[in-house]
Amino acid sequence: MMLILLIMLLFVGGLLVWLADRARLADARWLTLILLGCGLGLLLFGYANAGSVEVVGRQWYLGYHIPWIQRFGINLTLAVDGLGFVMVLLTLFLGLVAVLSSWREIEHSRGFFHFNLLWTLAGVVGVFTALDLFLFFVFWEVMLVPMYFIIAIWGHENRTYAALKFFIFTQASGLLMLLAIVGLVYYQYQASGILTFNYFVLLDTPLTAQVGYWLMLGFFIAFAVKLPAVLVHSWLPDAHTQAPTAGSVILAGVLLKTGAYGIIRFVVPLFPEASAQFASLAMALGVGSIIYGAALAFAQTDLKRLIAYTSISHMGFVLLGVYAGNEEGLQGAVMTMLAHGMTSAALFAFAGAIQQRIHTRDMRQMGGFWTRAPRLGAWVLFFSVAALGMPGLANFVGEFLVLIGAFKANAWITVAACAGLILAPVYSLLVIQKVFHGEPQPERQLTDAGTREVVMLGMMAVITVVLGLFPHLILDLVSGGLSLLPPDAPVSGDLSVGLGLLQEPIN
Amino acid sequence: MLELLWLVPTLPLVGFLLLVFGRLPRRLAACVGVGSVALAALLTLLIALTFLNLPQGEQVFRQSLWLWFQAGELEAGFNLYLDPLALVMMGIITGIGFLIHLYSVGYMAEDTAFNRFFAYMNLFVAAMLILVLGDNLLVLYLGWEGVGLCSYLLIGFWYDNPANGYAARKAFIVTRIGDTSMALGLFLLFMQLSTLDIQGITEQAQANWQPGTGLPVLAAALLLGGALGKSAQLPLQTWLPDAMAGPTPISALIHAATMVTAGVYLIARMHGLFLLAPQVMLAVAVIGAATLLISGFTALVQTDIKRILAFSTMSQLGYMFLALGVGAWSAAIFHLMTHAFFKALLFLAAGAVILSLHHEQNIFNMGGLRKRLPLSFWSFMIGGLALAALPLTSGYYSKHEILLAAESFEQAGDWLWLAGVLGALMTGLYTFRLIFIVFFGADKTSAHEGVGLVIRLPLMLLCVLSIVGGWIPLPFAGVFPVLESGHGSSTKEWLGTLAPMLGILIAFACFYRRNAIVDGLSRSYPGQLIRRFWFSGWGFDWLYQLFLITPFMCLVAINKKDVVDGGYRLLAWFISGLHRLLSFSQTGRVRWYATVILLGVVGFVAMGVVR
Amino acid sequence: MTGVPIEHGLLLAAILFCLGLLGVLVRRNIIFVLMSMEIMFNAVGLAFISAGSRWAEPDGQIMFMLVLTLAAAEVAVGLALVLQLYKRFKTLDLDVLSKLKG
Repeated sequence: MMLILLIMLLFVGGLLVWLADRARLADARWLTLILLGCGLGLLLFGYANAGSVEVVGRQWYLGYHIPWIQRFGINLTLAVDGLGFVMVLLTLFLGLVAVLSSWREIEHSRGFFHFNLLWTLAGVVGVFTALDLFLFFVFWEVMLVPMYFIIAIWGHENRTYAALKFFIFTQASGLLMLLAIVGLVYYQYQASGILTFNYFVLLDTPLTAQVGYWLMLGFFIAFAVKLPAVLVHSWLPDAHTQAPTAGSVILAGVLLKTGAYGIIRFVVPLFPEASAQFASLAMALGVGSIIYGAALAFAQTDLKRLIAYTSISHMGFVLLGVYAGNEEGLQGAVMTMLAHGMTSAALFAFAGAIQQRIHTRDMRQMGGFWTRAPRLGAWVLFFSVAALGMPGLANFVGEFLVLIGAFKANAWITVAACAGLILAPVYSLLVIQKVFHGEPQPERQLTDAGTREVVMLGMMAVITVVLGLFPHLILDLVSGGLSLLPPDAPVSGDLSVGLGLLQEPIN
Repeated sequence: MLELLWLVPTLPLVGFLLLVFGRLPRRLAACVGVGSVALAALLTLLIALTFLNLPQGEQVFRQSLWLWFQAGELEAGFNLYLDPLALVMMGIITGIGFLIHLYSVGYMAEDTAFNRFFAYMNLFVAAMLILVLGDNLLVLYLGWEGVGLCSYLLIGFWYDNPANGYAARKAFIVTRIGDTSMALGLFLLFMQLSTLDIQGITEQAQANWQPGTGLPVLAAALLLGGALGKSAQLPLQTWLPDAMAGPTPISALIHAATMVTAGVYLIARMHGLFLLAPQVMLAVAVIGAATLLISGFTALVQTDIKRILAFSTMSQLGYMFLALGVGAWSAAIFHLMTHAFFKALLFLAAGAVILSLHHEQNIFNMGGLRKRLPLSFWSFMIGGLALAALPLTSGYYSKHEILLAAESFEQAGDWLWLAGVLGALMTGLYTFRLIFIVFFGADKTSAHEGVGLVIRLPLMLLCVLSIVGGWIPLPFAGVFPVLESGHGSSTKEWLGTLAPMLGILIAFACFYRRNAIVDGLSRSYPGQLIRRFWFSGWGFDWLYQLFLITPFMCLVAINKKDVVDGGYRLLAWFISGLHRLLSFSQTGRVRWYATVILLGVVGFVAMGVVR
Repeated sequence: MTGVPIEHGLLLAAILFCLGLLGVLVRRNIIFVLMSMEIMFNAVGLAFISAGSRWAEPDGQIMFMLVLTLAAAEVAVGLALVLQLYKRFKTLDLDVLSKLKG
């Protein structure tokens, strides 16, 4: 019940914010902040009081289930396990950060902007909670459209191009996923006579190796585009660079994670054999992303574009960890997702802050900002250092676990991935050097970080440190039997319980 | 008392946090910065007193703080481990650290970023303490990267000069290459032994692995990579001379006394594993010998006072590696300690000289400073004598032990010994070249020693330590396997003692006064060539620039626009071309459309008729 | 009852239709094009009536009524558009009015 309330809160709240702003009743920013705060409270309260159901060896909380389009076996099925919960938490938190980071940036039609922001977040929350494949697809599309508007309306100089590119890449790959979903449902119907989109039922679909591989590819490509993996990444630098700050924060912090979440939740459990077969290729893609992203990040002169390419590099670690096929790798991947959520969001917020102050993103025109803005510099230094994998901070936990897991699976690929460890300081420290170090420019007026920015960055920094030193706060939630690739732990879908979830509303 | 072990790294860490978030006034900042390290040193002393009273064989203390990592088979707690080795390192770090902090109060008095400096320094001390106290390789790695970060921050402390930033990044990235090798070593050890506890690894490795087989050799070699990077040994040594861009107390603390010895500590700590890999041990010895010779020659032609000391540091680290390689573990740590005393002294004295000359670092712009800067002169003299290992100074005892161990090493022992003795000669030569040029000869400056007590006191204390440090007994019985070193021939022993004196004599002959032969030699064409070759540090930078950096930069520059994106742009271009082609048929002329409709109708009718 | 044979009526209708079509295709003045279309309408109407009288059915004449109303409506709307076009572009040349293209 709590989840549907949460999603409705975001959808309806979005409309309210828009209307309130048009009627000049309230400040859209404050209203959005309050809404997201309520959402966070709702989620935490619900989670604290929730009973759980065990299905396929995982504990599911906050389940909600009512029929929707019964003729096709489509239901509104929502529930979270530890992974989903953590992801929803991240989404709402970064929503707050996004609102704060664009506090002064959005000047026209604030109401519509925050409407789009809330609807994107609603879509993302839906993606992280939906356990009906049709519903999942609906949410997948819902998060896309408002994001398109955010980039296309409030973006920077080349926004139309970037927004369109983002839309086409996601849409085209989403179509492949729709095909794969329909195909999967069709094969399930052929085998058992049940027409359903229920996740738990579909876990047990009997597939021939070849069909399984193709269907798996359909899902994988959609998620790889979102992730993004190298070769299908090229929407990301444009979209991240052109989006307004809040858009970049949400894109990097949350939207990319839906791709990784999709792989963990759908690709691997639905197609265990095909995924195992595909694992080394996927790991190679991950390594490709790590190195390619890092090398390109180093080449950039546009601050936001540089940070965007580092995202590709970091998400490569996630891909590597997921397909390592062991507990270490998977937990590392989840940790990297969270850590990257914090650091990339913080760095984009910083890039936005700089652009707002000096009206350029070109690093060649920056330098020596430490003199004028030491507080901002210190925060950025912290997050850059976190991004390059300093032990004691969250990113290290993630990357280390990923690498140690990947090393077990395939030593040589891991050796290549370690090049990423060397390249990470090369680009991270470049940012510090180009922006904050160097000859001070006395003619540039530059205000230091204000209270709003300090609060925003401080919150993320605290989370980064806490996760880095006490990763168990999160990992324990997530770990309990994440689906691994065979032969480590073959997924055994408990069909009867799955059907139980299908028939009775759980709460 | 031992239960307070966790407090030792925590105190400087708290100092760091206070300095960062506290916005303290300058005086208070100095109190916090120095005080936290002083407290840590005091606590270390108390812990040492308790610890050394434990009966031998039980001198181990383990403290579990919390469970840090747990995933799958991996389980690593945030645990501290105290044994005599860690204790000695702790003593060096907090003791020397305190003296250098005190000195910094005077040295940095004029700097605007006073608080930032002490914040970084405190963070460094905390990280270094965690490094030596780590019970498992993960905690050690945390400290390892932490000191690297602080080194980066402090080398680039004066950020307004891009050259400093470059040196800082170079230091971080080059050591990161080593660290990555070390991380791979960690992965390998974990995969094979399912643990990262240092003691656990040692036990399991000795139980499961045969000496000299592939796995221990590979694991030891990968760890060695990390040690080479941190300790500036061949081939990852190029960052250390550039690291002198930082303030001089940093060079003393990080790039002489503590951080650069982390590699030595790592190998000593993992000696159980290294003993299983004799090939790697030999490599350690050879690398040490090569580094000590190469940097000795390089130091001979440098003109910057700090760079001379930097190359000398590399050279002395080479001695330590040589000792480790031949299995003389305690000799290596002994030399680590004495080196920390006299090299810190030399750097601090150099700092005093630089301060008195208003940041002049070229030794040829100095001269005759003996009268003008008596304290610096005597500090330099004592430090130099200890560095050159003249009898009765601390350096003599440690270096003597190393040479003795090298001599009795069964594989190529003679050659290693020869390198060591030649290095000792070079040490005397370049050290006293520096001293003669800077402190003797014609008076070229108008400096006067206007340094306060906070600078004098550390210098004097370090002078004392540099002399008597050789008599400090190290409690290493039972920690390291004992090396059965038979007495070498007494001729060799005499040679080892006399070599540095010979070096000093040569320095006296060549550099005490301007010498026509030396001038002629260095002006001649081959002399110039060799000079330039040595001056550049034997061309390593040039080599890396040519084979690593330039190709990488080229690749990156070519691909700046992202080839993959280029592919998609090509696709988009192709499709829009197609679109343009089709839109030719749309002329906008109604009559043209009507004609086409007519043709279409006729065509369809014709199709119907023909059929 | 003898009248004009259907062939004659249809032939005339066909000739008229072709004349109208030719007018639509070759004339550039929009008024003439509209007039040519009227001719085509009437040709079609003639064909309906001829056919209706041949089979003595009223349908043909009903259809002609429809065609007439359609033509009237078309002329009303069309002329209004022509007026607007002229006001805007000061020309009635169809080849000049070719904005509607890709």
